[in-house]
Amino acid sequence: MSKQPKVIVLRTAGTNCDSETAFAFAHFGAQVDSVHIDALYRHETHLREYHILAVPGGFTYGDDIESGRILANELRHHLGADLGEFIAAGKLIIGICNGFQVLVKAGILPGPVDAATLTAKKTSQTVSLTHNDSGKFEDRWTYLRVEGHSVWTKGLDELVYYPVAHAEGKFVADPDLLQRLSGSHQIAFRYCSFEGNDPAYPENPNGSLGDVAGITDPSGRILGLMPHPERHFFTTQHPFWTRLSVNGRLGQGALIFENGVNYAREHFCQ
Amino acid sequence: MTWRVEIKNKAGVFDSHAEGVRRSIQELGISTVTGVDVERIFNIEGRLSSGAVERVCRELLTDPVTQEFHFLPSDEFKRPRAQRDVHSIEIAFNPGVMDPVEESTLKGIGDMDIDDVESVSTARRYTLRGTLSAAKLSLIVDKVLSNKIIQHVADPAHPKLLHAAALSGEVQAITIDLLSAKKADLARISAEGQLFLSIPEMQTIQKHFKSLGRNPTDCELETLAQTWSEHCFHKTFRGNIEYRTMTDGRHKTKHITNLLKSTIVKATERLAKPWCVSVFHDNAGVIKFDKDSHLCFKVETHNHPSALEPFGGANTGIGGVIRDILGTGLGAKPVCNTDIFCFARPDTPFSELPPGTLHPKRVMKGVVDGVRDYGNKMGIPTVNGAILFDQGFVGNPLVYCGCVGIMPRDKVRKKVMEGDAIIVAGGKTGRDGIHGATFSSGELTTESETVSSGAVQIGDPIQEKKVLDVLLQARDRDLYNAITDCGAGGLSSAVGEMGEETGARVHLDKVPLKYQGLKYMEVWISESQERMVFSVPPQKVEEFLAVFAAENVEASVIGEFTGTGRLEIYYGQTEVCNLDMRFLHDGNPRVTKKAVWKPYKGKSPKLPKKPDLDAALRAVLGHFNVCSKEWVIRQYDHEVQGGSVIKPLCGVDADGPSDASVVRPKLDSKKGFAVSNGINIRYGMIDPYWMAASCIDEAIRQIVCVGGDPDRIAILDNFCWGNPDKPDRLGALVRAAEGCYKAAVGYQTPFISGKDSLYNEYAEGKKSIAIPGTLLISAIGIVEDIHMTVTMDLKEAGNLIYIVGRTFPEMGGSIYYDYLGSLGTDVPRANFAQALRTFRALSGAISKGLVCSAHDCSEGGLAVALAEMAFAGGLGVSAHLQKVPFRGTDARDDILMFSESNSRFLVEVPPAKQKQFEQQLKGVPLGLIGLVEEYPDFVITGLDGELSVHSSIYELKEAWQAPLRW
Repeated sequence: MSKQPKVIVLRTAGTNCDSETAFAFAHFGAQVDSVHIDALYRHETHLREYHILAVPGGFTYGDDIESGRILANELRHHLGADLGEFIAAGKLIIGICNGFQVLVKAGILPGPVDAATLTAKKTSQTVSLTHNDSGKFEDRWTYLRVEGHSVWTKGLDELVYYPVAHAEGKFVADPDLLQRLSGSHQIAFRYCSFEGNDPAYPENPNGSLGDVAGITDPSGRILGLMPHPERHFFTTQHPFWTRLSVNGRLGQGALIFENGVNYAREHFCQ
Repeated sequence: MTWRVEIKNKAGVFDSHAEGVRRSIQELGISTVTGVDVERIFNIEGRLSSGAVERVCRELLTDPVTQEFHFLPSDEFKRPRAQRDVHSIEIAFNPGVMDPVEESTLKGIGDMDIDDVESVSTARRYTLRGTLSAAKLSLIVDKVLSNKIIQHVADPAHPKLLHAAALSGEVQAITIDLLSAKKADLARISAEGQLFLSIPEMQTIQKHFKSLGRNPTDCELETLAQTWSEHCFHKTFRGNIEYRTMTDGRHKTKHITNLLKSTIVKATERLAKPWCVSVFHDNAGVIKFDKDSHLCFKVETHNHPSALEPFGGANTGIGGVIRDILGTGLGAKPVCNTDIFCFARPDTPFSELPPGTLHPKRVMKGVVDGVRDYGNKMGIPTVNGAILFDQGFVGNPLVYCGCVGIMPRDKVRKKVMEGDAIIVAGGKTGRDGIHGATFSSGELTTESETVSSGAVQIGDPIQEKKVLDVLLQARDRDLYNAITDCGAGGLSSAVGEMGEETGARVHLDKVPLKYQGLKYMEVWISESQERMVFSVPPQKVEEFLAVFAAENVEASVIGEFTGTGRLEIYYGQTEVCNLDMRFLHDGNPRVTKKAVWKPYKGKSPKLPKKPDLDAALRAVLGHFNVCSKEWVIRQYDHEVQGGSVIKPLCGVDADGPSDASVVRPKLDSKKGFAVSNGINIRYGMIDPYWMAASCIDEAIRQIVCVGGDPDRIAILDNFCWGNPDKPDRLGALVRAAEGCYKAAVGYQTPFISGKDSLYNEYAEGKKSIAIPGTLLISAIGIVEDIHMTVTMDLKEAGNLIYIVGRTFPEMGGSIYYDYLGSLGTDVPRANFAQALRTFRALSGAISKGLVCSAHDCSEGGLAVALAEMAFAGGLGVSAHLQKVPFRGTDARDDILMFSESNSRFLVEVPPAKQKQFEQQLKGVPLGLIGLVEEYPDFVITGLDGELSVHSSIYELKEAWQAPLRW
């Protein structure tokens, strides 16, 4: 067993939040490799070498057809068995923004998925992230109510403040499924007003059903969210930090990465 | 065969794209369309079974939660039975126009192990419900659904697919008969070839080839035209000018040799700042950042293409300036973008538009969309910008795109070595943008839409992102000696420039093509996007190609840098060009242009006796040039890469207008930089000299406001001007350049790079509409510790508000005068020495932590700046005009509120730091004008002690936000 948690930040054409995501994990002592997906095909490295898989934000393959679709298709067809093994081993996955779109469209979230289904390329998409009601890309900060009991969100304040930056972040699911996700504590984040109440636009920036901003699989080890915790890693990234009395240099998003690294350290690096 | 796939939203799923189309139709004034449906169409060509097509639809093309699909062989498509009030229109890209979705879809299908697909094309089908005449429908197609430069109304049963045949047989070099050409023939050859070469230039070329005893090939002539174009060579700025001024009835004539060297560059040479690393000779200016790294900054314009196809023009504009940064030194990593636009007013009635022009609102939406698409997809935050409106831009919108990069300090120098391989990498070459360089060196006409359409293209940001990713790896492994981008002029400019010292041999048949059938000349001058050219030592070629291949970026050896001093081009075995590099780069005749500058003869308006200043303040806040640009800013990702410290919007609701933006390019360092811009066309209408000084002053002010060091600011000039062959246009340009020189020296801010875009005129019949001469100054300044930066929003009730700097009755070109329907004459001037003292003193106060907020007074003057600080902070203000340091005879409330005198700031200081602050600002004009109040009232007391303004901050904010809240 390795001593140091190892994170793979998966890159491909159009990935663009990889370095700040890598920075966030590395800050808490992880060894982070930014790996182009083709390097996995060339067997230069393997998913099983890592404890955490991060699928970062960006516009993989230009979000052509729809956001995340091409990479999701690629994961299903070329990395299904490896992902199955990774998930079965109880390792962690986080998908942020475009990464969330990819996990949803590959049928990995909300799950559960098992190794056999992944290996047989039989996963199917059950929820979606589609075009914002506003019809445009928007970069704005959102208040989020933290729910569920994922390892990733442990110890977060009840209310956190992260930015979104997307054109296709509207969470859509069948009402029954949405109900079930709620019941199985798979909703990790919901958009809300700054007091924690039900949001109106632009507090819910995209029209997400149930104000859902992020979900997990039933185990809580796979997290996907539209907002960017890595963009509230430092206090100075807060949009009005110059008005706040600054306590420490880390912002409300840092804990997510610390949680991931700590979990990997406890479970895989002892 | 070709399969047609139709994808639409399931019933009940909201379609925001369709809703946007419906709204745009309403904005056209057509209210009868009650519903819009949009279907996505994929035409898939190949030997696929229907089962395979169904899999592709189900697993790849359709979202199972929100969409449904239907597919059939294209030739079985039957037009649905005509229904009353239902109109169906299909819009597709013209063959050859970049559509990245096609390539991605092919990749996706390949990932599913289906390999029988030859091509994919896409289209959108719009179904409009409601009564529409044929004329109205065609108006909607033209104004909302398509742009005929890149798109067409498609026939669903017969999609246009690109089937270009390869050229067959031996290629013959085509020669142009120049030796026997008379003057009139020379003019005709230049015009017919869209060469935009003048008669003296054509004669010089003729003479050169006479001495060789042969005619030039088309390729040689074209290469000369590209290299000598205004766009590439900057003939006006580098040429000779006879400059006549007439002031106070006295004529003076001055001969200027090389305007650029005698003004802009001269200022930098005089200042000789040790932190200027590379100025004016590379793609971008380079300055020192920290002990390991340098920053580089470049701003470009992409005006002409944006006038015709706003999305594509802006898209490739930002793509182009990013490549400039990738090609600076041995390559830099882009860390932020800036964008500044000038349009006609968005509420211009259609009836006032000259024929052949697009509506300014459509231009603006398209331009914003183009920048959003490229910048966001490249993962570069767009952090700073400005938008100005003036009817002079109705035929020629301006689109300035800027990019800042960071590079290791040992990667600044590049040098092509004899024997290096020439490698072109990135996008493939197609017919895109043929004649872009020469096209932008001429005026637009109503014909431009048809004649020059080849010059307009769409970018592929993901291709450029891939290039960026591998380029930095290759740089860090020292795999090449030099790099440059393929911009205007394509390979002809890039290779011609890189090989200037050595010579180059190129085999055009080795260049990877998007499709077959390109002629050698088209390959040579194509401006296909996302390409870079490298000079790679022979022993490193293999490793270089491997690095690029690992991330699927195409790279090809197309020739070598020789030692011959000649530009030799082959297609197969045929030599199509053999030019002397010296003639190519130094052979063009230096022309002398005439310039005349006459002072503007205008009048100052008679000011109203008792103006309603509450109403005036709301009107000035709601002026298009002042109002909130949040609608635009939010569509740009301004936070990607995690470096944002001061964002473009700030304050308690994150919607106040920041001054400069501050970026931390290295997340593990506290050092940052600030970027800002200064632009003001209305001052230039009165006096371009003071416009230049004011723009520089404004750009510096904004950096000082946020905590940048005024002694570490570098600036860039971008001139967008009318036709410089007309003496009055050129005279104003010279006058502006002189202002640049004086102000840069006065403020101690060196220019590090610049660019000009001339011939921004729109010919309508015999009338020629020139844009207002527009100078953009972009500034970059070092911030020692990002934790010490400040924003412009008021922070706490009870704090003191100071005005720093003196106010003069300088209302010429002001927003207040515009509100009164006048331009005026008393343009803001500047006292450079006093201003520099002010900047340094205030900067010292900010770095000592004495200031909680600071905002510069610019358009709209003190009153606008104060109102913005109040509503951004959600706090009230009480202020007294009597306390404003003023010099001049006619002190009035409105003058004090709205004068746009330079070098002024509003600053918030806690009472506990009052003494220290005043001490720090000793020797600087200073007025303690008021207090931050808890209640949201904005109160200004006039010179007579009576209330001059009493508004709620929410009312003021609404006036400021409403105009562009789309």
